[in-house]
Amino acid sequence: MDFTQIVPSLPNLWEGMLLTLKLLLLAVGGGVALGTILALLRLSSSPLLSGLAKAYVNYFRSIPLLLVITWFYLAVPMLLNWITGEFVAIGAFTSCLVAFMMFEAAYYCEIVRAGIQSISSGQLNAAYALGMSYGQAMRLIILPQAFRKMMPLLLQQSIILFQDTSLVYAVGLMDFLNMARSKGDIIGLPHEFLIFAGAVYFVISFGASTLVKRLQKRLAV
Amino acid sequence: MNYNWDWNVFFKSTGIGSEIYLDWFVSGLGWTIAVALVAWSVALLIGSLLGVMRTLPNKTLASIATAYVELFRNVPLLVQLFVWYFLVPDLLPEHAQIWFKQELSPTSSAYISVVICLALFTAARVCEQVRTGIQALPKGQSAAAMAVGFNQMQMYRHVLLPQAFRIIIPPLTSEFLNIFKNSSVASLIGLMELLAQTKQTAEFTANMFEAFTLATIIYFVLNMSLMGVMGWVERKVRVPGMMGGGK
Amino acid sequence: MSMISIKNVSKWYGEFQVLTDCTTDVSKGEVVVVCGPSGSGKSTLIKTVNALEPFQKGEIFVDGVSVGDAKTDLPKLRARIGMVFQNFELFPHLSITENLTIAQQRVLGRSQDEAMQKGMHYLDRVGLKAQANKFPGQLSGGQQQRVAIARALAMDPIAMLFDEPTSALDPEMVNEVLDVMVELAHEGMTMMCVTHEMGFARKVANRVIFMDRGHIVEDCAKEEFFGNPEARSERAKQFLSKILQH
Repeated sequence: MDFTQIVPSLPNLWEGMLLTLKLLLLAVGGGVALGTILALLRLSSSPLLSGLAKAYVNYFRSIPLLLVITWFYLAVPMLLNWITGEFVAIGAFTSCLVAFMMFEAAYYCEIVRAGIQSISSGQLNAAYALGMSYGQAMRLIILPQAFRKMMPLLLQQSIILFQDTSLVYAVGLMDFLNMARSKGDIIGLPHEFLIFAGAVYFVISFGASTLVKRLQKRLAV
Repeated sequence: MNYNWDWNVFFKSTGIGSEIYLDWFVSGLGWTIAVALVAWSVALLIGSLLGVMRTLPNKTLASIATAYVELFRNVPLLVQLFVWYFLVPDLLPEHAQIWFKQELSPTSSAYISVVICLALFTAARVCEQVRTGIQALPKGQSAAAMAVGFNQMQMYRHVLLPQAFRIIIPPLTSEFLNIFKNSSVASLIGLMELLAQTKQTAEFTANMFEAFTLATIIYFVLNMSLMGVMGWVERKVRVPGMMGGGK
Repeated sequence: MSMISIKNVSKWYGEFQVLTDCTTDVSKGEVVVVCGPSGSGKSTLIKTVNALEPFQKGEIFVDGVSVGDAKTDLPKLRARIGMVFQNFELFPHLSITENLTIAQQRVLGRSQDEAMQKGMHYLDRVGLKAQANKFPGQLSGGQQQRVAIARALAMDPIAMLFDEPTSALDPEMVNEVLDVMVELAHEGMTMMCVTHEMGFARKVANRVIFMDRGHIVEDCAKEEFFGNPEARSERAKQFLSKILQH
């Protein structure tokens, strides 16, 4: 095993890592936003809206992420083509991002829903009593408290997402893992590059979840 | 828009013998189930063992199990799959290498790799559930088990584990479902499971939407049936008057 | 002849000393009640007798076997001492019958028939034969505790330890459990009971031990303990006045 050969490739690997992180941050942002909307729909008093949100969540939770990535990679350009009527070239990155956002939203939705439900109904009543509208009560009173409570869970889910971004390998996007794989193959040291990639994922995930656990303890006090 | 919808595509011949495209899906589903069930059995066994280890007073055994969990939970599944498929075979003794790389069919070697990978990956998750289940039991239960003269092994076998497993059926169910979904990574090392067959159908027929719709439906139905099975198991082992296990 | 012999036992949780130099004896057939305020170490003391709580100093002998000796086969020793817990601790996933027979079969190696016969005998004695096929969660607290006593008795113990057996019970269920214990005492069972039930102590105890902050403060005959209140320590007087008001 010769790990010194990895050094010259570090700039490329860093490039791959940047793509991974960019994908992660955008997917977390979009996923949490969409997930929150879904959670509010699920908790709405309209059976139609809550039923639709529930169907969305159940649907995405019962299929593999890899299937969504693969499908969206093929389907998103075609759908855009139908909608806009002209051929739009969208890259693998965009279709992957859409896939992650929509898939993760189902998981974030469940976390946010549990978070909202953990806030006592007295809080909502108190907000109404002060004359707030539903939107105000959610935005100013319920969601800030709920997000505080569920922050550890949201972060844990995001750490899982960080690891799952490696699945973009399936559509050939040059993320950190794929970059390491292809560099390793070119240089002829696939094992070293694979171990290195695994170690980097491990250090980041392990470090992040240790921090989350600490945060969890602090919030629990 | 120039997409030709054709829901009859599944009954069309693939051009290979008398095979129709639906056969591909059936065989893909077969592989998905074959991977998931075998990997799950192994994961349940190893995970339970590790979970018990994490609750033992013996510090060495407990930290071995902890290290295992951290390692397998913090490395992406795909990296683990590549390790088992590309790296580990190269470390085998020579005759085993020849056997794995040349004598085994590509399908068999991919199958073995993905089963080992998913089993060990899922074992870390099962371990955490089992540990949580054991720790959720009232402390008096282990005291009572010791007081009637059980040794440690008997205490786990007759008192702690039967209760812990009943508590953790719901989270274990979701791990069980996950292993079916995670088995789709096998498509990336050439095992023709459900996702791989779907992709192949989409490419061969250009009826991409139909192919992926069918795959989605199959996964969805699979999920629902597995949930049904686990719900049945949960009812089957439910003890009257024992709500959720603890006191 | 001393059945349980506790000699100069001390125990620490880290820095904190929970038992300080405790010494007492329980003779064969004797009933000893241990009382004291909460946190006085009485539950810890009784649990050292069957080694559920380890101790760092001193010695304990049960029927001549040293509890603290690393070579002692603890499961075997524990199988000979019955214990009844505050929260019953029946095994909730097993039926009443299985609760009564599992240790007889797995620990003592009795046949299923023998274990069953023995179990049913004691279940009948505590008046619950009709509940044999139910599960613990389907019984009231008092019934569960009586089953727990039967479970311990089915092992043919040489002594019984009771750790606050009635304190988790609703008041109306206390007596059904105490009645079983009184009967047991009359039959000559060696018993060590941590309890606040002074009526029980008056009725059947031979001796009363009073503990405070990990020390055995009083250890005297029942007649002396209840009959001569002036001779009691300050702490014991305080404790008794609180308990007896209730």
